[in-house]
Amino acid sequence: MTAYIVRRLFATLPVMAVVALFVFFLLRFAPGDPAAIIAGDDATAESIAAVRAKLGLDRPMVEQFFVWVWSLMQGDLGVSIFSNLAVTRLISQRLEPTVALTLSTLFVAVALAVPIGVVAAWKARKLVDRLVMGFAVLGFAMPGFVLAYILIYFFAVQWQLLPVQGYKPIAEGFLPFAESLILPSVALGVTYMALIARITRASMLEVLAQDYIRTANAKGLATDRVLLLHALKNAAVPIVTVIGIGIALLISGVVIAETVFNIPGLGRLTVDAVLKRDYPVVQGLILVFAGAKVLVNLIIDISYAFLDPRIRY
Amino acid sequence: MLKRILAGALALVIPFAVHAQGQEKVLRAVMHADVRVIDPIWTTQTIASIHGMLIYDTLFGNDANLKPQPQMVGKYEISPDRLTYTFTLRDGLKFHDGSPVTTKDVIASLKRWGSKDGVGIRLFSYVVKQEAVDDKTFKMILKEPYGMVLESLGKSGSSVAIIMREQEALTDPQQQVKEAIGSGPYKFAKDQWVPGSKAVYLKNKDYVPRPGNEPPSSFAGSKIPGVDRIELVWISDPQTAMSALVNGEIDFYEAPNNDFLPILAKAKGVKLMMTGKIDSTQGMIRLNHLHPPFNNIKARQAMYHLINQEDFLRAIVGNPEYYRVCHGLLTCGGPYENDGGSAFLKDYNPKKAMQLLKEAGYKGEPITVLFTTDHNTITPATQVLVQAMREAGINVDAQSMDWGSVVSRRAKKDPPANGGWNIFITTTGGVGASNPVLHTWIGAACDKGLFGWPCDPEIEKLRNAFAFAQTDEERKKIAKDLQTRAMEQVVYIPFGQWNTPLAFRADKIDGVVPNTGLAVLWGITKK
Repeated sequence: MTAYIVRRLFATLPVMAVVALFVFFLLRFAPGDPAAIIAGDDATAESIAAVRAKLGLDRPMVEQFFVWVWSLMQGDLGVSIFSNLAVTRLISQRLEPTVALTLSTLFVAVALAVPIGVVAAWKARKLVDRLVMGFAVLGFAMPGFVLAYILIYFFAVQWQLLPVQGYKPIAEGFLPFAESLILPSVALGVTYMALIARITRASMLEVLAQDYIRTANAKGLATDRVLLLHALKNAAVPIVTVIGIGIALLISGVVIAETVFNIPGLGRLTVDAVLKRDYPVVQGLILVFAGAKVLVNLIIDISYAFLDPRIRY
Repeated sequence: MLKRILAGALALVIPFAVHAQGQEKVLRAVMHADVRVIDPIWTTQTIASIHGMLIYDTLFGNDANLKPQPQMVGKYEISPDRLTYTFTLRDGLKFHDGSPVTTKDVIASLKRWGSKDGVGIRLFSYVVKQEAVDDKTFKMILKEPYGMVLESLGKSGSSVAIIMREQEALTDPQQQVKEAIGSGPYKFAKDQWVPGSKAVYLKNKDYVPRPGNEPPSSFAGSKIPGVDRIELVWISDPQTAMSALVNGEIDFYEAPNNDFLPILAKAKGVKLMMTGKIDSTQGMIRLNHLHPPFNNIKARQAMYHLINQEDFLRAIVGNPEYYRVCHGLLTCGGPYENDGGSAFLKDYNPKKAMQLLKEAGYKGEPITVLFTTDHNTITPATQVLVQAMREAGINVDAQSMDWGSVVSRRAKKDPPANGGWNIFITTTGGVGASNPVLHTWIGAACDKGLFGWPCDPEIEKLRNAFAFAQTDEERKKIAKDLQTRAMEQVVYIPFGQWNTPLAFRADKIDGVVPNTGLAVLWGITKK
C-alpha cells in the first residue's frame, strides 16, 4: 500500500506540470490585459504600456513562463499583480472558508442523503421511495443560486434567523461560525444530496437483491442490522465514489455559493482574479485545485481497499 | 427559534473563545468595487481613491461647490503676478508612523502625482520648480499664471493629489508603493486586509483636524473620524448586498443596483440619499477617429442622429427620478453647463444618419463595436446603440467580451480588422466632467489623448485658455466655445446623465453627506 501511495504521489508531478503549462499559456492567449485594468479608465495608451513594462508583461511569453516555473520550483507562487501580496498569503487567507464550506456541505449532503437513500431502497416503489425520488429530481433541477436566494429571502430577510451573507471564522466562536455556514451549505448541498441519495438507493437495491441478504433476513436478523451492517457496507463502494466526485465538483460549485453568500473563499478569489486578469493568482489557484483533486482521488482509491477486502494494491 | 435551539445545543460544545469587539464603533460599508490596489496614484480606479482619502490627506480639498478649501495647508499666499504660490502646513500633522509631515514629503508626493495624473501633468507643465523654505513652508513657482492650481490640488475623483511619506513618494509612479502610511483620519490595517473581501481602517487618534469643527463638504471641512473602525466589505452580488443592508448587516451601500431602489426605499430603517448635484454618471459613446468611417467628421456627426437619450436612460436606469437628458459634454447642473453644440443631439433621424454616412464614403463595411457583457450600465447602453445602428441599416460587428477585455482592446490603435475597434461605450463622473480641464475625455490631444484619439488643436487651445481665465464670465464663455467645438468634432457622443443614490441605515448611522466626486466616509458616526 505504501509503495502504491508513493507511486501515485510521484505520478501527480507530470499532471501538475501539464496543468501549469496549460494554465500559463491559456491565460496569456485569452483576451485582456491586467496593465489596462490597473491603469484605469482615465489612463492613456502610453500609461498602460508603461505599467505593462514595469510588470514585465512585455517580455517574451516563454521567458515569463520560465521565470514563473523557476519561482515555482522554489515554492514561490508569485505575487498578485494588483495587491502586491504573495499568492500563498491570498490563498491561505481564503482556504479556511472554502474548506469549512466544503466540509459542512459534504456533512449535510452525506448525513441526510445516505439515510434517505437507504430508506428509499428499503421501501422501494412505496410512497417514501417516490418522495425521495421526487426530492432527488427537484434537487437536480433547481439551480443552487435560485435556492440560495429563496433561502436568503425567508431565513434571513423575512424571519431574520440567519445572516444574509459573510463568513465568521471558527476562532470567533462556534455559533457564529455555524450560523454563517447553514444557508450556504444547504443551498450548495441539495444537489449533492440528490445525487448521493439516488446512488445510495440504486446501489442498495442491487445489494438487497443478493442471496446473502435473503439469508440474513431468513436468519431473523433485525432489519436495521441487515440494512446497515450487511447491505450498506457492501453498497458503499459506488457511494464513496460518488462522494469523491462530489468533493471534486464542490471545489467548483463553491464559486456560486461563495458569491451569493459573500463568503471570502477560494472560489470567489478565482473568479475575481480571472476577471481582473491577475495571472499569478489564477495560476496559483489552478495548481492548488488540481493538487486537491488529485489528492481526493487518491484518498478515494485508498478507501476502496478498506471498504472491499477484495481490492488490493 | 432556530437561533435559540442552535444556541442551546451548541453552547455546551463551544470551546472556542468568542471574539470580543467590546464597544468598538464599526462602520461596515459596501462600495462599488473592492480595494485591490493600495496606491491611488498608480491606478486611476475610483475605489483606490476612496481608500486613499481615508488614510491620506491633501493640501486642499474641493468642497461640494468645487471651490478649493485649505486642508493640510494652514495659510497660503499667491504673488500678485500669480506665478508664485507659497504654502505653509498646519501644525500637528503627523504620519501614522509618528513622523511629522514635512515639505520634503509634500514636494515628493506632488512630483509623483504630477507625473502620473492627467490633471497633475497639466499643472506641472507650468511648474518651474517646487522649493522648500523650511520644514513647513514651500513655494511652487510657475512659468505662466495657470489659474487651476488650487482646484487641481484639491480635486476629487480619481488620482487625488494625496501626500505620502517621502520614501513612498519617491517610488516610480509606474510602480505601486509597498506601504500605505498616510497622515489622514484613518490608518490602513494592512494585516487585516483580504483583497477581494475586506479592507479595514482604524481611527487615527493622533489626527489633528482643521480647527472649527467644520462639517464635511466633499473633501473640505474638518475631517473628524466618526467611528473606531471602518470596514469596506466587498459584496459582488448586488442582491446579496441589498439584502445585507435590509437585514442590518451593513450600514452603508454606495452604489445600489437601480432595480433594487424601490425595495430599498420601502425597507425599514433604510434611507436613500441623492448624491451631490453634479455627482452623476455621464454615458459616452466613443468613436475611433483613426480609422474609417469615423476618421471622417461627417460620419462621426451622423451618429448623433441615431441617439435618442431617453432610450438609453430608460434601459439603464428606468426611473426618471434618477436620470436626466443632457445634450452637452459638460455636466448638466454643473457650473459650466451650456447649450453649445447641443442641436446635434436634438435631431433623432436614422435616415439622415445613413445618408450622412454614405456621403462620408461608408459602403456597408462592418463597424466593430466592443460589446461589454458584464456591466450594469454599459451593457444595456451598448444593446440600445447596436439596435439603433442595425435599424438604420448599418452593418454592425458587435464583438461580445467582458469589461476587462474591452479595457485592453480599446487601447489598440490597429484597424478594426486587425484587432482594433470602431466604437465602445464607457462612462465618466459628473464632477470631473463639469470642468473643462478636469474632464479628460473632452480633450483632443491626438496620440497623447484617451482612446479614440480625437485630434484637434483648437480644443486643446480652448482647454488651456480656460485654465488661464481670470473671471467666471470668461470661463463660462470659453466653456461654451469648447463644448461647441468638441460637439462639432464629436470627441464623444453623450447619451445622458444619471444618479445612483447612496443607501444607508439611517437608524444606525449619522453624518452621511452627498458625494461630490467620491464617497465621504470619515465623517460618518454610529448611533
